[in-house]
Amino acid sequence: MHITSPVRTPLVTGGKTYADVTEDICRHVEGKPTKEWKVAFTISLLVLLYGAACVAWTWWEGLGVWGLNKTVGWAWDITNFVWWVGIGHAGTLISAVLLLFRQKWRTSINRAAEAMTIFAVLCAASFIVMHMGRPWLAYWALPLPNTFGSLWVNFNSPLVWDVFAISTYFSVSCLFWFVGLVPDLATIRDRAKNKVSKYIYGALSLGWNGSAKAWARYEYISLILAGLSTPLVLSVHTIVSMDFATSVIPGWHTTIFPPYFVAGAIFSGFAMVQTLMLVTRVVYKLEDYITLEHIESMNKIITLTGSIVGVAYLTEFFIAWYSGVEYETYAFVNRATGPYWWAYWAMMTCNVISPQLFWSRSIRRSVKWTFFISIIVNIGMWFERFVIIVTSLHRDYIPSSWAMFSPTMFDIGDYIFSFGFFFTCFFLFSKYLPVINMAEVKAIVKSSSEKLPKKVSGVAKGERVSAPTFNKDAQ
Amino acid sequence: MENQTKRYWKGLEELRNDETFVKNASSEFGNLEKPESTPNNSIVDGLGDLGDRRDFLKVLGFGMAAVSLAACDAPVKNSLPYVNKPTDTFPTIADWYASTYSEGGDYASIMVKTREGRPIKIEGNNQSSINKGGTSARAQASLLGLYDVEKLKGPKKGEADADWDAVDKEIVAQLAAVAARGGAISIVSSTIISPSTKAVIADFTAKYPTTKHITYDANSVWGLIKANADSFGKAVVPSYDFSKAEVIVGLSCDFLATWVSSAESVRQYAQTRKLSSAKGGKRTMSRHYQFETVMSMTGSNADYRVAVKPSQEGAVAVALYNKLTGGRAASLGEQADKMLTKAAADLKAANGASLVVSGSNDPNVQTIVNAINATLGAYGKTINLNAPVYYRQGNDMAMNAFIDEAKAGKVGAVLFYEANPVYDHPRGAELKEALTKTALSISFADRADETASLCKYITPAPHFLECWGDAEPKAGHYSLIQPTISPIYKTRQAQSSLLKWAGASSDYYAYVRNFWKSNMGTGNFEQFWVKCLHDGVYEPAAGISESGASYLGNTAGAISAIGAAKSSALEVVLYEKVGMGTGAMANNPWLQEFPEPITKACWDNYASMSQKTAKDNDLSQGDVIKVEVGGKSVEVPVLIQPGQANETIALAIGYGREKAGKSGNGVGVNVYPMASLKSGYLSFNAGTGTMAKTGEKRDIAQTQTHETVMGRKAVVQEGRLANYKKNTMEGRFLPKIHTSEGLKSPGDITLWNGYQKPNHSWGMVIDLNSCNGCGACVVSCQAENNVQVVGRQEVVNRREMHWIRIDRYYSTDVDDKVEEMGLIDGPRALEIASENPDVVFQPLMCQHCTNAPCETVCPVLATTHSSEGLNQMAYNRCIGTRYCANNCPFKVRRFNWFKYFDNDNFDYHFNNDLGKMVINPDVTVRSRGVIEKCSMCVQRIQEGKLTAKKDRRRPVDGEIITACAQSCPTEAIAFGDMNDPESRISQLLAEEKEGRAFTMLEEINVKPVVSYLVKIRNKDVEKKATEAHAAEAHGGH
Repeated sequence: MHITSPVRTPLVTGGKTYADVTEDICRHVEGKPTKEWKVAFTISLLVLLYGAACVAWTWWEGLGVWGLNKTVGWAWDITNFVWWVGIGHAGTLISAVLLLFRQKWRTSINRAAEAMTIFAVLCAASFIVMHMGRPWLAYWALPLPNTFGSLWVNFNSPLVWDVFAISTYFSVSCLFWFVGLVPDLATIRDRAKNKVSKYIYGALSLGWNGSAKAWARYEYISLILAGLSTPLVLSVHTIVSMDFATSVIPGWHTTIFPPYFVAGAIFSGFAMVQTLMLVTRVVYKLEDYITLEHIESMNKIITLTGSIVGVAYLTEFFIAWYSGVEYETYAFVNRATGPYWWAYWAMMTCNVISPQLFWSRSIRRSVKWTFFISIIVNIGMWFERFVIIVTSLHRDYIPSSWAMFSPTMFDIGDYIFSFGFFFTCFFLFSKYLPVINMAEVKAIVKSSSEKLPKKVSGVAKGERVSAPTFNKDAQ
Repeated sequence: MENQTKRYWKGLEELRNDETFVKNASSEFGNLEKPESTPNNSIVDGLGDLGDRRDFLKVLGFGMAAVSLAACDAPVKNSLPYVNKPTDTFPTIADWYASTYSEGGDYASIMVKTREGRPIKIEGNNQSSINKGGTSARAQASLLGLYDVEKLKGPKKGEADADWDAVDKEIVAQLAAVAARGGAISIVSSTIISPSTKAVIADFTAKYPTTKHITYDANSVWGLIKANADSFGKAVVPSYDFSKAEVIVGLSCDFLATWVSSAESVRQYAQTRKLSSAKGGKRTMSRHYQFETVMSMTGSNADYRVAVKPSQEGAVAVALYNKLTGGRAASLGEQADKMLTKAAADLKAANGASLVVSGSNDPNVQTIVNAINATLGAYGKTINLNAPVYYRQGNDMAMNAFIDEAKAGKVGAVLFYEANPVYDHPRGAELKEALTKTALSISFADRADETASLCKYITPAPHFLECWGDAEPKAGHYSLIQPTISPIYKTRQAQSSLLKWAGASSDYYAYVRNFWKSNMGTGNFEQFWVKCLHDGVYEPAAGISESGASYLGNTAGAISAIGAAKSSALEVVLYEKVGMGTGAMANNPWLQEFPEPITKACWDNYASMSQKTAKDNDLSQGDVIKVEVGGKSVEVPVLIQPGQANETIALAIGYGREKAGKSGNGVGVNVYPMASLKSGYLSFNAGTGTMAKTGEKRDIAQTQTHETVMGRKAVVQEGRLANYKKNTMEGRFLPKIHTSEGLKSPGDITLWNGYQKPNHSWGMVIDLNSCNGCGACVVSCQAENNVQVVGRQEVVNRREMHWIRIDRYYSTDVDDKVEEMGLIDGPRALEIASENPDVVFQPLMCQHCTNAPCETVCPVLATTHSSEGLNQMAYNRCIGTRYCANNCPFKVRRFNWFKYFDNDNFDYHFNNDLGKMVINPDVTVRSRGVIEKCSMCVQRIQEGKLTAKKDRRRPVDGEIITACAQSCPTEAIAFGDMNDPESRISQLLAEEKEGRAFTMLEEINVKPVVSYLVKIRNKDVEKKATEAHAAEAHGGH
């Protein structure tokens, strides 16, 4: 156990005890679904059904139901794919990178963030399959031994790298998430009153007995998985960015893409975590676990990554001009001033300007502002991918082929499908699994939640103390 | 024909397995591809097989549907093997038959490729001195008409189906009755270029002496014929030889596409435009001036083009005449005057090696043009009155008189042969009315079209590929039509019907044969006949002598008749589109989806107008306007056409069919009623009109919407002749890349290892100077490679499937000064085409890049590189990620957004068993969700290689040729093996290496195997342009 300075703001407020933690979290799993939950779940289920109908028609009829054409071969499909993959970055970053950096504030949000990651990656994967002309042959993208002769996948293709990157990321994220769940599932199993719950949670908790050995192994595996996942945080979006960077299309063929995409992914991922956590926190009354400190910390990361993305945007423009490449220059002039200027400026406003508002402490600590900006950021990040994909493709080398893209109701419907799927999964998760990692929160309750000395209590409440007296006899 | 004795002997020889028998058994048509190797005696031997082949066609009549259709279907349901395999036919081996395509003034001597008894492709006949192996888009597309499921399946009496015997009996009785009471019998036809058909009509007339034959053309040149009669005493259209013209002036004359002898002119014209960078190569080219209203395909190829209003058509001719003869020419505006003076000077300097042609149907204008040509001494040099062409013989006056008579109820019987005047004559509505007064009306149309549906009887004639016949497009140039399939439906040739009704034998085949025997036969007729059938053409007069002609026309009278140009506010002009023509083939989806060379629009006609006219009237592209002229109005969308004369609206004929069939009905509007009859002459200058915005919008299906090349020299390179003469690298763009070791060519820096091409290295050279944009290659490719038609909405959605497209770019006003305009204003200004732009055409298909960006990105290796330099596509492996299409810098890859075959949403013949017979069995029909693209006709390459291999030799240059290259009437596309130093392509590349050859987008180092030759214009070099060019040569990046 690391020593935590008592002057640090507490991560869990309200003087929660271990029992409080268990009770606060398990209550939602064990109780009957609330009315709000039922309403929200029904809505998302209906959205899912509508979206699924659209997807089914897309599969049945062919990709012609989308608005794509001979010039713009990808638009909403890959925009949505990259957007969801980006969103899926926050979970692993929070669980793995922050674990390695010993950022204890992660404990109250990592469970939900990881769940979000998994669902987002599933949504992204659905677009990989959906965008194929013959989705029933999607397995051909895997290097499976086959009877087709000596057919193999093309290891030069970034799409194959994608398959590996996404599937690895998905499996490691799942594993990490599930391992983290085991002690909590055991807690629920132990508290379960009916046989069905006992059986299901019992099976899922893999015979967890709370012994020192079990805990030790739990910590080893957490650390190992964190070590494994950390490079994945960087690699997944690096590889996704290579779908574009390795091409010859002006506006895609850009060496800056990997870091720029990773920053963008974290940016949008954190924004999505904010959106979801702010709602969960209120609905489940978890204000003591997800405090303003958490929100502020995440907003700081959003501002940082947002600024990185902004610098990347400007760098692209500079290089386009500096390179002297006719096509590259035109691609960027066209982005900002061409027929899709509105998408470009929507992206710039949402991604570059809006997170800068967080330099103001009061906005950064305002739940409403945070919620608002988190949504704006996600809109902006969607537009970023749209701008990169569509405005680069629609006017590339040969002017005779230049064309416009406009979405159809199936482009929109298939995107809606992913929302329906995502929220349906998220609501199921929030009802049937503990949304906060009880075991890990309990681990920090002692160090970060104990009643604090009066002299620094201002800090604890998150208020500014002009000259805090450091506690010399804490604990 | 049936020679039983011969057959008997054949049986004996067969029994003995005699060597000569075996040798000759398949020699009649099996050796068509290399006729020069045909020994004369085999023709005689082959005679015996002729009967067999006809039997074979009969057998096919029964077996065809089952055999062929089963071949298209998967899974195979009924596959019937031949019980006795026809001697000449081998499954999977194509048979070729020479025949002739002729429709609406468009002519081509053709070779028809048949597979398992189905005609599947039309190619030009190299033996013809007229089209010399070239074809037009329409000739290519005519094939699909054979498999049009909406044709009549047998004769009709009124609405009801009838059988031939009953119909014949009734018709003969009624004809006899009409003849008996002295009633007029009129045969109304479009131009007939078949001498034997004319003889049939003469025989029919002999039987029914009150018969009159009225010929009319939807797009008439009667004024030209009349003017020639007045000027030279010869009522003919002379043949023109553009290849001898150094200066060409076109006055509203689309002579490369829709005028009298485009099949011939197009090649001759291209010859004058070809250049060679070889030492001592040809560095001269013709200079072409064009004065016209609509931007025509011909005008787009001109060196100098001036937009004039239709009302100025005559005045321009008069002004040119005056400038040539020193008379005082009235001013027609600064630009026109300047160009007329320049043209006059060039014409004089050419000393008779010049040609002035006018598309006008006004005999006065044509008289002036005759006067000009006579003054210049063109007769005997570029114009030959001794060898008239017969593509259009329509007599406007006679047709007018016929309609008047019909209206007056004086016509007892009328027979429509290849004519649909209710649709395509300005007085069609009157005729429709009048037909009710006619006791007997018969149409030979293949469908119940606008005219036929009003007739009492329809006795449908088969498609020309099911027919016997002949043609004489030009004096002394004959060609034969022979069937390539037995009649699919219960149809009968019009000639047979006429013969039958005249009481003669209805065997038209025998008739044609006898006709040739008595009129053309020389020596051994059997031998002559078989040779003509084999060659397709008989040209006793190929070298007809030319002689001058003395001009006797009344020039002064014509000038005064034309008078001063009376320009009015808004003039409406009609024109013929390159693909759709007169609309006779409107139910042909290939033609409907054929992008018009200039506008790149398909599936519609529209009101085209200049930018200024649109702006003045507050109109933008797609606004639906109501155009009214002479009391007739149509509602059409606006298409903005740079280069069109201001204050004019142009409307295309050939649209608005009502009874053509599913593909043609309701596409566009019919503007024939707007054509005027000026003192009896059909005129497409409809006169003064008005337009009004309706407030509606309609998307025009265009395959290209961006008009300019954005100053991208790596895409299209062009230069001027004067500079080219000094420096063969004129107009070349040579990008350089800065490296630490100084400037380098993009090709010198590479990550690629390259490919070994040990055997063949296929490539193409496309001459931008020869390509006139006609688009024959587009339809040829479509037919060869089973390219799907997707329909109007899908073209609007930018999803056409054509494997080859012809990019058309307009010049802009800022091409030279964009550098100073800044990063934002520069590109914006480059997007706007000039008021009267220069045009460049660039055929673009898969470039088969050596460093192909598509190949690296495919996750499943569905697209790979062959050891012969082809970028190949394995449809079965494709999972449809479209990554390759995105990463293709040329955007030539096409995705199957839907299942296009067997899908009633795409009702373009690929959803019914008959329509699917056009499918080339050597090319996969692509399923939904896969990418496709140009394969460089890999099926032809494979076939050629196999043929060579069987003969234990290397393929000979020219033996393997892609569909686009084969059909190109100007030989703009050269295809061949770049590993073979003797091949045409290797020689061209060697010559043009330090000359005009460039590959597109050199900077990105994809190394296409398709090279282009710089477009050179024969324009004067202004000083400024030279300087800019010099600066550019030193610059670059």
